[in-house]
Amino acid sequence: MSKDKSEYLINRKDNQYEVVIGLEVHAQVTSESKLFSTSSTKFGAEPNTQVSLVDAALPGMLPVINEYCVKQAIKTGIGLKAKINKRSVFDRKNYFYADLPQGYQISQFKDPIVGQGKVILDMPDGQKEVGIERLHLEQDAGKSIHDLDPKNTFVDLNRSGVALMEIVSKPDLRSPDEVNAYVKKLRSIMRYLGTCDGNMQEGSLRADVNVSVRKKGSKVFGTRCEIKNVNSIKFMQMAIEYEANRQVDLIEEGQSIDQETRLFDTKKNETRSMRSKEDAHDYRYFPDPDLLPLEVSDDFIEKLKLEIPELPDEKKKRFIEKFKLSPYEATILVSDNETSNYFENVIKKSDVKLATNWIIGELFAALNEKNLEITESPISAGNLSKLINLIKDGTISGKIAKTVFENMMEGDKDPKKIVEEKGLKQESDPKALEALIDKVIDDNREKATEYKSGKVKLFGFFVGQVMKVSGGKANPQIVNEILKKKL
Amino acid sequence: MSDITKQSLSELIKNIKDKKLSSTEVTKAFVERSEKSKELNAYVTDDFSAAIDKAKRFDEKPNLDLKLPGIPMAVKDLFCTKNIKTTAGSKILNNFIPTYESTVTQNIWNEGAILLGKLNCDEFAMGSSNETSFFGNVQNPIDKDLVPGGSSGGSSSAVAAQLTPITIGTDTGGSIRQPASFTGIVGLKPTYGSCSRYGIVAFASSLDQAGPMAQNVKDCALLHEVISSYDEKDSTSIDFKRNNYSNELTNNIKGKKIGIPKEYRVDGMPKEIEDLWKKGIDYVKDCGAEIIDISLPHTNYALPTYYIVAPAEASSNLARYDGVKYGFRADGENLIDMYEKTRSEGFGAEVQRRIMIGTYVLSSGYYDAYYLKAQKVRKLIKNDFDEAYKKVDAILTPSTPSSAFKIGEKTNDPVSMYLNDIFTVPVNLAGLPGISIPAGHDVKGYPLGLQIIGKAFDEQNLLNIAFAMEEKINFKNKITDWWIK
Amino acid sequence: MSIDLKTIKHISKLSRISVNEKKAEKLAGDLNSIFEFIEKLNELKTENVEPLTSVAETTLKLRSDKVNSKNLREQIIKNSPQENEDYFVVPKVIE
Repeated sequence: MSKDKSEYLINRKDNQYEVVIGLEVHAQVTSESKLFSTSSTKFGAEPNTQVSLVDAALPGMLPVINEYCVKQAIKTGIGLKAKINKRSVFDRKNYFYADLPQGYQISQFKDPIVGQGKVILDMPDGQKEVGIERLHLEQDAGKSIHDLDPKNTFVDLNRSGVALMEIVSKPDLRSPDEVNAYVKKLRSIMRYLGTCDGNMQEGSLRADVNVSVRKKGSKVFGTRCEIKNVNSIKFMQMAIEYEANRQVDLIEEGQSIDQETRLFDTKKNETRSMRSKEDAHDYRYFPDPDLLPLEVSDDFIEKLKLEIPELPDEKKKRFIEKFKLSPYEATILVSDNETSNYFENVIKKSDVKLATNWIIGELFAALNEKNLEITESPISAGNLSKLINLIKDGTISGKIAKTVFENMMEGDKDPKKIVEEKGLKQESDPKALEALIDKVIDDNREKATEYKSGKVKLFGFFVGQVMKVSGGKANPQIVNEILKKKL
Repeated sequence: MSDITKQSLSELIKNIKDKKLSSTEVTKAFVERSEKSKELNAYVTDDFSAAIDKAKRFDEKPNLDLKLPGIPMAVKDLFCTKNIKTTAGSKILNNFIPTYESTVTQNIWNEGAILLGKLNCDEFAMGSSNETSFFGNVQNPIDKDLVPGGSSGGSSSAVAAQLTPITIGTDTGGSIRQPASFTGIVGLKPTYGSCSRYGIVAFASSLDQAGPMAQNVKDCALLHEVISSYDEKDSTSIDFKRNNYSNELTNNIKGKKIGIPKEYRVDGMPKEIEDLWKKGIDYVKDCGAEIIDISLPHTNYALPTYYIVAPAEASSNLARYDGVKYGFRADGENLIDMYEKTRSEGFGAEVQRRIMIGTYVLSSGYYDAYYLKAQKVRKLIKNDFDEAYKKVDAILTPSTPSSAFKIGEKTNDPVSMYLNDIFTVPVNLAGLPGISIPAGHDVKGYPLGLQIIGKAFDEQNLLNIAFAMEEKINFKNKITDWWIK
Repeated sequence: MSIDLKTIKHISKLSRISVNEKKAEKLAGDLNSIFEFIEKLNELKTENVEPLTSVAETTLKLRSDKVNSKNLREQIIKNSPQENEDYFVVPKVIE
């Protein structure tokens, strides 16, 4: 396998294969109630307690669409720089399954609410544009539970009817790394917009992954397989890796690839065919006669545009231009809205350069270690800002600051108080430092003589000793100046 | 008063309001007659003792301001009724008890009416003779072993036989108007979007409408006024200004322009239907209306269109009857086996046939040739009416191409059965209101109906024309109570 | 055009209705006579006609995002064929 530069290729004998990937991401719309019914969307409720008569498909029950879900889909479309379709149509996708009470899913087939758009990925070797084919609204299904009983399957309809956005990418992705960047970017945009919480553990974000391979340089797409319902980025990457290699092996053996739906077995780390022969799907899509075409006015869309916050790409641009951040720093800081908000709060009253380094360096490391999100940070933006100012104005040294930071991580304490209580204030008084330095020189007579006779390297030793004696509190700049004179 | 059940709805309301009759007396009278009329098989489920209790409670504290004060009423078993079994004439719902009420029936109870029971109908309203019901044939009170029409056959039989003063049916392709015509009563299919579909077991969503079935036009207007309402729970319900149809009813239709579509003169139409239509034209003229010949060129394509659109929607609407959440379930080795057995045993032959047609016309490779084609022809059919209504206010046609036929006569020939709806189906496809009024008898003494088709939301005008014609026709139903021993 | 037994079996699978040979033959006969009469539509040229999905001349009304979240579990499960307090129960699903 070749990973030179960013090109992801699969090598076999004389052949190199490129992997072509397209994603259908299913993102749960953040809303209080379901797409076509008034029951709650809250996660984790007791089974079948958030099921309305409509969700359970009782006879004579009819769907009525949730305006907020429509707005959320349009906002997401705007975030994806996509065409918003002023007229879209809900279709029925017909198939039988235990957790599909109506016997059909209400979805959008021919006329989705959002058309073509794009997502920009920041890859190590530059930016890459991924095309969005469409975004449509649809209902989620319920949950079948197979392991509660040996003979029966249990069905929980709490999720049944929850609004999903299916976001279909063009087959523009070429590696597991790009898939990682794409899903994260999509999630970031939706979190900025507040349209999907992106919580993969709770199933708010999952994807069907389309994979095909072709010889490097070929312009023709190979036969693709669709890996259904993968619910973590890591699994998506593993599934692609496995599936691409499987397809390459088949081609190398002179066999053909069946276009089919496959399942990723996370335990065995392999994909396997899902389709049983008699069940070739024919969804018999047709416009749902219980609903009329969804029409939105220009005015409706314009009003939503006013609600769109600054999105990661624009924010990144601003950070680079206004705060002189490197593209790398900016990318990290805008990755989610909470982080960028934190950053902007810190720099309201403190130095940008120091703040950037402290957030990306110390803070992220510390949060990572404790497995915390930025929103759960024990150190508030205000207190981090104070800490940075203490460094900037010379009250404490960078080294002492780390000690103070560690103290702050134990609870959101004011760094000034920590410095005072623990007596960590930097010693910058030349007289006091002179006394210290005299004592150090006195204690190390021999070394002083050596220094004077030309062993200039020993200067560092003296600085170190002074710092040690001062308990790290001595202002190194002033120590330097005095030492030079004294020696 | 001995002949309570012979009174029209309007008379009963007047007598209750004037305190000449109590709700209990009225309810008991209809219960007694219904109990003596089991042979008609009009009811699937009765709620007689509860009805009498409710009537007594009404009488204790009568609210005489209501539009249907203490009036007992049986309804088609396609309307979900809270805590009362609702079967849609199917085995698959034989044990289904809704915990909710349809909007249309709720509107009725809100006006003081009392549920007598649930009336037989073709399974999932798919039929024109009430012979597809899991609960058996319904007898037409006109003559023994005569079908009452369908799908609202229990409803037409019950009104004609005076087991209920009035009722509601549903009409997807003629299911109110055709049985009304077969039993000598009045039946109105309102404009699509006029009555809420919430809580009505769905057959074909883009065509289904509930409507009143009554002994006369005035009663029909009153019930329509009660059931027609805008409902936020039905996305296809339309918010328009609804009239007090019964109050505003008038027989003055002078100057109205009535269209006569030449395409409704179909091959092989019995002469007595042709004559009835001519008589109808004369009546309209007598009322001072103007007759205008019109053309609805795509009329002949309506029935084939309907037999694509309705089964397609039905095949999807009936997917929810899968043995999982409610209704009948057959044992199966696994989920798929359970589905296939449940639906094979739970649905009758006609329903299965239509599900198959619908599945086929939507399936991959056939969608464009059938379903899409039908939607386009549906547009042409609607355009025909739009064109016609530039020249006329309403259209007069026969309701059916024949009078009622014998039970079993057409069961083995689905196409000949479907041809029954040839005059009614275009109205559903175009979403228009249509009313059938009894207008005469054939040689056997069986009733024949005339249909008036109106502009969308123009039920008032439609009812006025029907009201004026009714006066001229002066129809008398010939019912001998042959089933009462 | 003719609908053969294979087609009948295919659509019976799609519609989850089991058919045996006898029933399939009856259905094929019925459907063929019905489609013969449906084929009449082919007389019409419809290339430039917009399909009509709904006659309701109104736009889709949108409801506000409010939860009316009564727990209806008891009501919902009440009619289900196999008893269980919490779940709908179906025979094992085999993939």
